[in-house]
Amino acid sequence: MPPAPPLVEVRNVWKAFGDKRVLRGVSLALLKGTILAVMGGSGTGKTVLLRIASGLARPDAGEVYLFGTRTDRMREEAMLPLRRRSGFVFQGAALFDSLSVFENVAYPLREHTRMSLGAITERVHHFLALVGLPGTDDLLPAELSGGMRKRVGIARALVTEPEVVFFDEPTAGLDPTNARLVAQLIAQLRSGVCDTAIVVTHDVEFAELVADQMAILVQGRFADVGTPAEIHRSDNPDVRRFLAGELRES
Amino acid sequence: MMVAKDLRGHLREAAIWYGGLGLLTVRVARNLTLPASYLWLVAREIDIIGVRSLTVALTAALFTGMVLALQTAVNMARFGAENYVGPVVALSILRELGPVLTAILVGGKVASGITAELGSMKVTEQIDALRALGVNYIKKLVVPRLLAALLVFPVVTILADGMGLLGGMLIAVFDRNVDAYLYWNTIAYWVVLKDFLTGIGKSVIFGGLVTLIGCYNGLATEGGTEGLGRSTTATVVQVAMGVIISDFFITKLFLFMFW
Repeated sequence: MPPAPPLVEVRNVWKAFGDKRVLRGVSLALLKGTILAVMGGSGTGKTVLLRIASGLARPDAGEVYLFGTRTDRMREEAMLPLRRRSGFVFQGAALFDSLSVFENVAYPLREHTRMSLGAITERVHHFLALVGLPGTDDLLPAELSGGMRKRVGIARALVTEPEVVFFDEPTAGLDPTNARLVAQLIAQLRSGVCDTAIVVTHDVEFAELVADQMAILVQGRFADVGTPAEIHRSDNPDVRRFLAGELRES
Repeated sequence: MMVAKDLRGHLREAAIWYGGLGLLTVRVARNLTLPASYLWLVAREIDIIGVRSLTVALTAALFTGMVLALQTAVNMARFGAENYVGPVVALSILRELGPVLTAILVGGKVASGITAELGSMKVTEQIDALRALGVNYIKKLVVPRLLAALLVFPVVTILADGMGLLGGMLIAVFDRNVDAYLYWNTIAYWVVLKDFLTGIGKSVIFGGLVTLIGCYNGLATEGGTEGLGRSTTATVVQVAMGVIISDFFITKLFLFMFW
């Protein structure tokens, strides 16, 4: 039997904003059952890569495949069914500010399924409990702390039980307790809801907790890719400098 | 040298804006049919665009009719034609002032509101969140507003036309002592259905134009809250300019087609 194709694949992707080249020929392949942490300093293009891989942004050059379908030249409308099979957790949560917590999490179910109100309620409560936020149904996003907002964003991304989840800096701006909660949550997902994800982060400790593959992005290219142990043994000078906290990019 | 550079920059911005508006129009045309579950969004927008704008539109129309009747009557009296104030007011209102003033007033209010709402969603990544959830944001956010505007603008214009004619009559009868029967009778004699329908046709086009401008500027907003302020201001100016400039070309077209 031929090996299963990667759920997400990026081939030789380039992206620039004005004169600034952010990605210079990046490639990655995410197999089912893998959690990949894409790491690098601020401004290295991690989020841009995540948006391109998920189909939210287009590369200037290169190929992008989601669930085996090429997406980099696809119309927005044609990409919608593929996006419904994936989840995206935004750095700032991107909750719908006029909707309550319950309505935010229920949103994709109301849009894409014909589930009854009872079934939706049950599913939403299950996922709110999973992210540690039971009983917050009626709160508005403005009434939540940063950590709570992020966890509601995770619940909304997971409620449809996607095949792959894209996390953009899930611990950025969180206090250590909330950051640990989010790390535990992502690690916990492997045994249930979703076992495949790309996590963009600059937090080495967090990446070691959740990922089985790490990729270090330096000057628009991957300096090294491997398991956390392999990355720690890497003799690539850029990787060594990143792990030592000495790599600076803008 | 600097002037040439500035000019190039402005031309580039204008090309991007017109191109973006054109592309949005094409995307809207491709997504014009809505699922039944989205029809309540159209109803909500009808309430926002129409019902909540009626006071502004009707007040403006009443006073426009009044001032038009006043100016017309005073000046036509110099030629002994004061009795014809009715048809002059009616033709001006039905063919031009009704649809144009309604589009500028209601359109400016509605389109700037749309820009503020969509722009705010854009800068807080809520539009991207919709996309990431596999939701067609054109169908969800743009098409219901456009359909509502296409329905509401002619209705508000008809009401504004009526209010303008009423305002004209109040001045003609109570200030200039023109007989009310004569006022309406001369209107009925000189004004034909075509005069009314071309004005309504304009209002449909203006409704579509101002909504698309509002939506495009909202969806193209960049640069946080400062960018949002810039977009909203730009919408008010572009709606007014867009209505006035397009009015000339639509008038030429309608005169060519129907005169």
